[in-house]
Amino acid sequence: MPAVTETIDTVQSVTEGTYKWGFETEIEMEFAPKGLNEDIVRFISKKKNEPQWLLDWRLKAFAIWQKMEEPRWPAVTYPPIDYQDAYYYAAPANKVKPKSLDEVDPELLRTYAKLGIPLKEQAILAGVEGAGDVPAEGGRMPIAVDAVFDSVSVATSYKERLGKEGIIFCAISEAVEKYPDLVRQYLGTVVPQGDNFYAALNSAVFTDGSFVYIPKGVRCPMELSTYFRINAKSTGQFERTLIIADEGSTVSYLEGCTAPMRDENQLHAAVVELVALDDARIKYSTVQNWYPGDAEGKGGIYNFVTKRAQCRGKRSKVSWTQVETGSAITWKYPSCVLLGDDSVGEFYSVAITNNRQQADTGTKMIHVGKRTTSTIVSKGISAGRGQNTYRGLVRVAPTASNARNFTQCDSLLIGDQCGAHTVPYIENRCMTAKTEHEATTSRIAEDQLFYCRQRGLSEEDAVGLIVNGFCREVLKELPMEFAVEAQKLLQISLEGSVG
Amino acid sequence: MSAHPTGAAGFLHRYEGLRMRLPGARLPFVAALRDQAAEAFRTQGFPTRRVEAWKYTDLRPVADAGFDEALTAVDSAPDLPPAHGTARAVFVDGRFRPDLSALDGLPYAVESLAMALPGLDGRLGALARVEAQPMAALNTMLFEDGLVVTVPAGAAGGVLDLVSIGTASERPEAFHPRHLIRLGAGASLTIIETATGPEGARYLHNPVYEVEVAAGATLTHARLQQEAPRAFQLATAYARVAEGGTYDNFTLNAGGRLVRNEIHTVLAGPNAACHMNGAQLLRDGQHADTTTVLDHAAPDCASRQTYKTVLMGRSRGVFQGKIHVHQVAQRTDGYQMNQALLLSPEAEIDSKPQLEIYADDVKCSHGATVGEIDAEQLFYLRARGIPEPRARAMLVEAFLKEAVEGVQDEAARAALDAAITGWWEKAA
Repeated sequence: MPAVTETIDTVQSVTEGTYKWGFETEIEMEFAPKGLNEDIVRFISKKKNEPQWLLDWRLKAFAIWQKMEEPRWPAVTYPPIDYQDAYYYAAPANKVKPKSLDEVDPELLRTYAKLGIPLKEQAILAGVEGAGDVPAEGGRMPIAVDAVFDSVSVATSYKERLGKEGIIFCAISEAVEKYPDLVRQYLGTVVPQGDNFYAALNSAVFTDGSFVYIPKGVRCPMELSTYFRINAKSTGQFERTLIIADEGSTVSYLEGCTAPMRDENQLHAAVVELVALDDARIKYSTVQNWYPGDAEGKGGIYNFVTKRAQCRGKRSKVSWTQVETGSAITWKYPSCVLLGDDSVGEFYSVAITNNRQQADTGTKMIHVGKRTTSTIVSKGISAGRGQNTYRGLVRVAPTASNARNFTQCDSLLIGDQCGAHTVPYIENRCMTAKTEHEATTSRIAEDQLFYCRQRGLSEEDAVGLIVNGFCREVLKELPMEFAVEAQKLLQISLEGSVG
Repeated sequence: MSAHPTGAAGFLHRYEGLRMRLPGARLPFVAALRDQAAEAFRTQGFPTRRVEAWKYTDLRPVADAGFDEALTAVDSAPDLPPAHGTARAVFVDGRFRPDLSALDGLPYAVESLAMALPGLDGRLGALARVEAQPMAALNTMLFEDGLVVTVPAGAAGGVLDLVSIGTASERPEAFHPRHLIRLGAGASLTIIETATGPEGARYLHNPVYEVEVAAGATLTHARLQQEAPRAFQLATAYARVAEGGTYDNFTLNAGGRLVRNEIHTVLAGPNAACHMNGAQLLRDGQHADTTTVLDHAAPDCASRQTYKTVLMGRSRGVFQGKIHVHQVAQRTDGYQMNQALLLSPEAEIDSKPQLEIYADDVKCSHGATVGEIDAEQLFYLRARGIPEPRARAMLVEAFLKEAVEGVQDEAARAALDAAITGWWEKAA
């Protein structure tokens, strides 16, 4: 039983109960002045050599943001955020691109090593030219990585290999320079500047993120991935990701993230926009592992993220899979707007809250096209004093004849100090559409626990095994490498919640 | 200000004018409750759709109507709906009509609220939350009458018909009856309420119920909302159930133009139980909203909810149902199902079931489905020689009766079955 072995190993390896990604890299950084105003927006835009239209776009977003109020409806509580008390731009000071491994800042190297990214990939991550052609270790399918360190993308791997297929995979700031028309055509069309408070903030001050364009008919030959790392103190990370899958193309994209352990709360307000044209498929997987704060709820990342996909084309498909184990507070609703006839939206989610973590997460499925279908599977696990809310919307427009939705939300409670909440909204205006929603909340069944204990498993291992089973439907949607990592994370996140 | 100002200001204006003439004006506790409610209503006003609890129901048609308060008792003798028991309390335009009622020789006390007010200090307003529900605030500010039912411990109350009739008048009238129902330990009572009015009548019926079910008592509260087609009904019920008690509420929303049925039930003692069921049968132009909030505030309680909505024409149905399990409420067993059947391409259903759970040893679930009549089921019946209209009727009735099955009391169940059948015969 590899799952059990894995589980036991993991639990043993982290018995100290620490967040092993919580170190800080000491590296010379360049900051924008603290605070947020129009000058900062101009500063960021200038730093990135942006064209006038983008600066105007940012300034418009900033003007909208100033008039907006922070949302109060999520079931989360936190002290007021002082938006003036943070740096909105922080980047490693190293400006010359290193030619070889020796030239790369050793601190950056060490960071990647510690984050567990394989050596050869690491060479690429640090921006070493030419390393992209080295085959990956053990003959595994390589993964192209864009590494975002605080406000900037420090490197993107396998660009040449991908370029042969016509695929564009680069930092969004680079895309603005090299492919301005493409960026301009799609940026903000899925999540407009004024969409919500955090999206407006992001639109004004976004610093980097990944840009992906898959040309017509191309099946992306490898997984694309972005690794987000918050490192600097008193910064917020505001990345923006834009993925466009042209007609008949296919792409699988992974996203990972970590941050140092600090007593302060840091803000991460990202925007992700996906566009799928006719017959295109996008699979977007996230393992969110931002620093969750300590057992008393001190520190941790505020993860306030807007992710949305538009299935514009006929028979297009977008699938969101997320494993949310980190962050002090999560506020995130990866959504699908199903415009094209026969388009498909999927959302698979596991969200864990332990200690004092709070999560308010779910999805929106907006059915507009005919025969559009959506599936939502959400698994929430609350332990310690965690509060976990599923909030979702299924809306069927009168045009969406014969649309189908199936939603299943299950919550698991571990301990009597935590909370699990389910808030689905179902709005149906189409007679021939069918929507189904079911939700359950329970604790780990005594008989399951007894069965495992009777066979010699410790209580913690038994809980781990049962939780993994509870999340199976979601975990099986993850690409293999991620599934293994996610399973370990579940264990670590639940540590100390039993007994 | 015009002669008949509308909106919240209109009601507040009328309250200022009527303040000293409303029942209980000279009783300090009543006056204080009304003033407090007026302040709460002034602060909240008519809720807009930006208020989460009113996201799907827009009260502007009510706010804009410009009502008079029905202060003068009507002495007409309107047609009464069929009786379900021998005891009957009749209200016309919100005023108790002893001449139309039959309340002699009952094993429990029934009084007019206007008359009973001096003895209601501490009981009136004990459950209603005017600071959270603006319609309850409006009711408290302007209530003119209501029914006070007090069933002594151990008494078997049988069936009580509660009839509310709205009449046609030159200007639309608003009435805000306040009903207080209290069951002593081990007592039982079935209330079958029929709210109706003649075709063409325009009025606002804004009742508030405060229901106290003591240990081991059982109250069946069946509400047949068959208001006049142009009328509004905004009802808010508050129920508190003690140890081992049962509150069984069924609300049928079939009439009215814009209707809200809001129920707040607190299971306050161990082993208390609650059934909240309902059906909404909507035709062209109707809007009906059922909103339930169920608080599991004690361990070992069970709750069951089944709500069904059938929509025809350009109608809109809303269901919002929240189950809140407090941390002490271990071993809670909560179940809720809401289903809608769309029979028209222009109808809309909005559904928001909600679980808020703070105890870990619980079993809670909810489900929601929306769809049209199942083609396979229809085919099955037609293949057996049943004509399509009849087959459709059978399927709709079967769909609705599932909700009625949850009603324990036979008299109430029979009344609901008859009302549903009658509605479908008229609609089809």
